[in-house]
Amino acid sequence: MPKQHVQAKVVQHIAYNEDVRAITLFAPSLVRDSQPGQFIHVRVTEQYHPLLRRPISICDIDHEQQTMTLVYRIIGEGTRLLAAVEPGGLLDCMGPLGNGFILQGNRPLLVGGGMGVAPLVYLARMLCPQPVEVLLGARSKQEMFWPELFAAVCKNIHITTDDGSLGTRGNTIDVLPQLIQTGNYDMIYTCGPNPMMRGVVEQAQKYDIPCQISLEKHMACGVGACLSCTCGASDGKRRKVCTDGPVFWAGEVTEW
Amino acid sequence: MMLDYQQLSVDIAGIKMKTPVMTGSGTFGFGVEYADYVDLNSVGAVVVKGTTLQPRAGNRGQRIAETPAGMLNCIGLENPGVEEFIGNILPQINRYDVPVIVNIAGNTVEEYGQLAKLLNVPGVAGIELNISCPNVKQGGLAFGTCPDSAATVVEIVKKNTHLPVIAKLSPNVTDIVAMAAAVEQAGADAISLINTLIGMAIDIHSWRPVLGNVIGGLSGPAIKPVAVRMVWQVAKAVKIPVIGMGGIMTAEDAVEFLLAGASAVAVGTANFVNPGTATEIAQGISDYLTKRGITQVGQIVGKVQTE
Repeated sequence: MPKQHVQAKVVQHIAYNEDVRAITLFAPSLVRDSQPGQFIHVRVTEQYHPLLRRPISICDIDHEQQTMTLVYRIIGEGTRLLAAVEPGGLLDCMGPLGNGFILQGNRPLLVGGGMGVAPLVYLARMLCPQPVEVLLGARSKQEMFWPELFAAVCKNIHITTDDGSLGTRGNTIDVLPQLIQTGNYDMIYTCGPNPMMRGVVEQAQKYDIPCQISLEKHMACGVGACLSCTCGASDGKRRKVCTDGPVFWAGEVTEW
Repeated sequence: MMLDYQQLSVDIAGIKMKTPVMTGSGTFGFGVEYADYVDLNSVGAVVVKGTTLQPRAGNRGQRIAETPAGMLNCIGLENPGVEEFIGNILPQINRYDVPVIVNIAGNTVEEYGQLAKLLNVPGVAGIELNISCPNVKQGGLAFGTCPDSAATVVEIVKKNTHLPVIAKLSPNVTDIVAMAAAVEQAGADAISLINTLIGMAIDIHSWRPVLGNVIGGLSGPAIKPVAVRMVWQVAKAVKIPVIGMGGIMTAEDAVEFLLAGASAVAVGTANFVNPGTATEIAQGISDYLTKRGITQVGQIVGKVQTE
C-alpha cells in the first residue's frame, strides 16, 4: 500500500494528565492500512521552528469511526505546539510508517513502560479475541492512565509503579519472571525505555520465548532516506528503525 | 501535477533535467524511498546518498539535532558501498525517468578515481564529488578546504570518467571563490554549493554534546542567506554552471538562488519536512515565471541587480 501524506482532521484532543495528551484524528486513508506498532510522522507547525516532523506511534484505531488516536507526552517545543491544535483543525500526517508487530502465537504477553505502552493498545485490540495479558510500568499513579484503554481488549492487566502508588511497587522486570513462570506465554511484545526492554529480552531469552521489541530513535525523514536512526544488526548489516523497524525481533538488532 | 517542462528544463553540463529542482545528496536516500510521496519522473535529478568504495556504518550515537530553523547531522556517510549501489539500487532508481547523479566520497584521492571508474555504467548521469562532508575523519572536508587538494580530486575523477563531474563545495572555507576557481581550472563541469556549515549543540543538563560525533553539519532555512551569498559570489567568478542549495524550502527560496546565479537548485532538508517539496517548488517556479511573462527559467539565472 502506498504511504499517505494527508491533512487529518482532529476530532478530539484530551489530557490524560499534566503533560500527556491523546489526539484523535479522522483519517480513513491512514486507518485503513495501519498495523499495530507503526507510527505517524506529524508536522507540528508550518513555521521553520521546530523544523522536523515528530514520529508518534499509533496508540489505537477505531475502524468503525475511521479514527486513529496518538498519545504523546509534551516534552519540548514540537509537542507543545502539537498540544495547541484544537478539534476541528487539521494535522499534516505521513504514514502509516514502519514495520509493526508480527501477530503470532496464542498466548501473548505485552510489556510496556512509560509512553512505550501506547502502541500496545492497538496491538492488544488486534490480538483479540486471543486472551491478552498486559504488564504495564510507570513512575506513579498519575502516569498510569493506560488501564482503561486496555479494559475492553485484555484478559489481565498487571501494573507496577516505581513509587507503589498503584499496583506492585517496583518495575516491570521485578514481576516479569513470576508472570512468565505461570503464564505459559508463547510471544512477548515489548515497548518502553531501553533498559526495561533489555530486561524483558533477557527474561524472554532465559525462558526461550520469542520476543518483539519496538525501538525509538531520533529520526528526520521517517522513510529510510536520512539514516539518522540506523542501528547495527546481528547479521552484520544495518537496520533503519524507521523502515525496517520500529519493531524488531529480540536479537535482530545489536545497537540499542 | 502537470509541469511545463519547456519552461522549466535546464541542461547542467550535458545533464538534461526536466526541471531545475534536484534533490540534495543525503536528504533523499536513493530516491525510491520517496516514490510514494513524489512523482520521481518530475524531479530535475536525484543526487543519491554519498557513496564510498566499501560499505560504511556511519557514526555512533545521536545523529541529528534540531536547532533554530535547522538541523545538525553527523550521519557519517553511512552507505552500502558502490558495488551494492550499482548492482541492486541503481536498477531500482532507473525505473524512473529521472537523471541519477552519484555523490562519491573517498578516503584518498585514488579512491575518488576508482569510484568514478566503477560508476561508468549505464543509468548514471553524472558524478558529484563529496569533498565537503564534515562528518568523516578521512577525506571529505579535508579535500574541500584546500584548493589544491580539491583540484587534485577533480583531475583524477575527470581522468576516470566520461560523465559530467560536479564538485560540491563546502562553505567552511575562508574564500569560496578560490575553491570554485580551483575546481573549474581542474576541469569540473559544474559546481554545487553549499554543503552544510559545521555546527555544534550542547545538552545543558548533561553537559555533553548532543551529537554522537560532537560536531555536525547544519542545514535547513537557517543557512539559506549564507548559501545565497556564496552562490552569488561563485556564479560571478566561474563560467561553469552552478547548482545552488542550502535551506531551500519554497519556490521563493529557489528563485532567490536562480537570481543569485544558480542554473539549478537542490532541495535537501525540506524533503524531510514535506516529501513533495521538489515538485511543488518546480510548480511554484513555473507560476513565478508565468506571472512575469518569462518563458524559460534560464532567463532569470544570475539576474540579480547589485549595481
